[in-house]
Amino acid sequence: MRVSVRTSAWVGGLCAALAAVALVSTAVGPVTIGVGSVADIALAALLGGTSDAPASHRIIVLSIRLPRIALGAVVGFALAAAGTVMQGFFRNPMADPSIVGVSAGAATGAVAAIVAPVSVPFGLPAAAFAGALIAAFGVYLLASEGGRTPVQTLLLAGIAVQTFLGAVVSFLLVNAGRDLREAIYWLMGHLHDSTWGEATVAAAVVLPSFCCLLVYARDLNVLLLGEEDAHSLGIEVERTKRLLLAVSSLLTASAVAVAGVIGFVGLVVPHVMRLLVGPDHRILLPTSALAGAAFLVATDTLARSGAAEIPVGIVTAAVGAPFFLYLLRTREVSAP
Amino acid sequence: MTDPDDTTPAIAVDDVTVAFGGVSVLDGVSTTVQSGTFVGLVGPNGAGKTTLIRSITGALTPDAGTVEVAGERLANLPSRAASRLVATVPQSTASTFAFDVRRIVAMGRTPHVDRLGSPTPADHRAVEAAMDRAAVTDLADRPVTEVSGGERQRVFLARALAQDAPILLLDEPTSDLDVNHQVQTLEILSSLVDEGRTVVAAIHDLDLAARYCDELRLLADGRIRASGPPASVLTDDTVAAAFDTQATVVDHPVTGTASVTAVAADAGDATGHVHVVAGGGAATPLLYRLDTAGFDLSVGPVGTADRDAETARALGADLVTVPPYAPVDDAAQTATTERVRRADATLVAPVALADGNLSALRIAAASPSLVVVDGGPVEARNHAGAAGRRVDAALRDRGDVVDADSVVDTVRAVVADTDALTRDTLPEADLRR
Repeated sequence: MRVSVRTSAWVGGLCAALAAVALVSTAVGPVTIGVGSVADIALAALLGGTSDAPASHRIIVLSIRLPRIALGAVVGFALAAAGTVMQGFFRNPMADPSIVGVSAGAATGAVAAIVAPVSVPFGLPAAAFAGALIAAFGVYLLASEGGRTPVQTLLLAGIAVQTFLGAVVSFLLVNAGRDLREAIYWLMGHLHDSTWGEATVAAAVVLPSFCCLLVYARDLNVLLLGEEDAHSLGIEVERTKRLLLAVSSLLTASAVAVAGVIGFVGLVVPHVMRLLVGPDHRILLPTSALAGAAFLVATDTLARSGAAEIPVGIVTAAVGAPFFLYLLRTREVSAP
Repeated sequence: MTDPDDTTPAIAVDDVTVAFGGVSVLDGVSTTVQSGTFVGLVGPNGAGKTTLIRSITGALTPDAGTVEVAGERLANLPSRAASRLVATVPQSTASTFAFDVRRIVAMGRTPHVDRLGSPTPADHRAVEAAMDRAAVTDLADRPVTEVSGGERQRVFLARALAQDAPILLLDEPTSDLDVNHQVQTLEILSSLVDEGRTVVAAIHDLDLAARYCDELRLLADGRIRASGPPASVLTDDTVAAAFDTQATVVDHPVTGTASVTAVAADAGDATGHVHVVAGGGAATPLLYRLDTAGFDLSVGPVGTADRDAETARALGADLVTVPPYAPVDDAAQTATTERVRRADATLVAPVALADGNLSALRIAAASPSLVVVDGGPVEARNHAGAAGRRVDAALRDRGDVVDADSVVDTVRAVVADTDALTRDTLPEADLRR
């Protein structure tokens, strides 16, 4: 009972924080719209009422800023959840959502789609999504032998495949010509030009996947003790590993497909939350996901509030890395 | 908690062979464990104890052979069902995640809790009871990363208790424990066996294994070398062969169960015959040292039940005995004189001086190659009055007086000198009355 009470309290608090960040974020931009006005417009849209705000403000809030915030929240949510699972799964503090080559695969798919002279059905996100899943599945196959997938082999196979795909991406970029700028921009991670459609599709993949991970939170806890221990406590180790790997890769792939490669959210947020709530995944997983959502919305607000918009991936790394180093130096981050 | 069919052994290991990278670790191991018994796996490092346990839990698939637990092949059961049958305490669990102790113990309930459900009050009670039994309740709210190694071992024992399985497998459950907690842990395991559970544990400490286990399996080089009740498994010969050392097995004076003392594997290179005048256990540490150094030993005269006599017998030394507490008779004097005469060196242990053994000490004092171990002021050991003082003075006068730590070196030197002397110059002792 203790755990569920603590979980509810944290989740409640983080939901409120996310709502507050979203509200402030909506108010920020080239056109300044008051927080009260934003709330008014959002509530009116939600409840089907009317708002006194000018039509231009309504369009800015409902069609430009809110879809972007929603997408940012979904992406941050997915990356932080997947990062939490990967760190636990690999029992390695440096594990991030892309550790099995998901981001490298997505980048390859996306850059290929940008550079290729033919148009891809369903466009760039579909190519990135397909590339991500193909890469992850390839790494899994490379690391599996005789029905077992040792995590160390998986880690190394992931690094090898990421390096190889990095070479492929570099080659494509060298030959990209006029498409270079677009490709680079995608690689840096971005949330601009987001639509409600993208946000809805991403959420449709992310939320069920997340619920699936949540069901396995207790198994993930036991897995942290080591695979042999987990086996002796009744966990079907290989099946659970396959499932966790597949679902968190799906989460990451859907985030990367719509927003490009956004680093550090999936690495730092789970660490911070582990410091705050402890290692129990029943509470760590939902709190990390919500904190990831709030973090990405906040950093994206920074990214677009300057004179010229910069890719959000730059901001997450620029903000996240010093914070992470601070934690490292104060020795509060330990290997998961 | 007992097996429904009493004729089915709890664990049946049949001709199991395991090799890692071409190196054989288990080589055709077969054994059975009956329900409700406490079986200890003993043997040297690398004997295959851990591998055997992992083969039984199913963490490892043998290259050949079968393992059945309660008549079932564990590998064919779903993990959940298997883990309700067998609980395992691993050798070392390097948990780097800071779960608190209660949470770790609660993980033992994993096989009993539905994935979508939450733990019931019965589960919570089982967790608290397990912590209480393993004496880790005080640690319940501390992170497992911050408790000591020995405490962590008890935490994982508690987890296995919470798992509530009829069969427990433990790999070195006492390796990190202090002597008090070693005994406590084994007492817990014994009480589990009394309740009808089956316990198989790899145990490093042979004495504790002998004390608590109903049966032992002695492993060495991937095979079971001996199997049965502790007294039949732990003999000088089996232990020496398995551990590749010289060992002596005697009954422990307090517990009455087998107690093993290992001495260095390789006998030293020293040669020569040393006669030791012993008694009351004063010579026991000296005898071990001299034996280890490689000397041939004769000992006596000592009472048949004397501790020194027991040591001498365990080391295979030539022994002159007299009935307990009896004075040294003529036969024993003759036998002692003969041995002192033959010896390359004669060593007098810091024995008590009593009317009964003065004659033996006089024989020793006459030896031309005498080493006397300093026993401190004579008054403390003398129960023979002026005669005792005279004998002690003579011994000190005629022999090299050394402390116990330099005995081996001194004896070595004396033996080397003796080689240059004739040995049949034993004078008729002027001290003889």
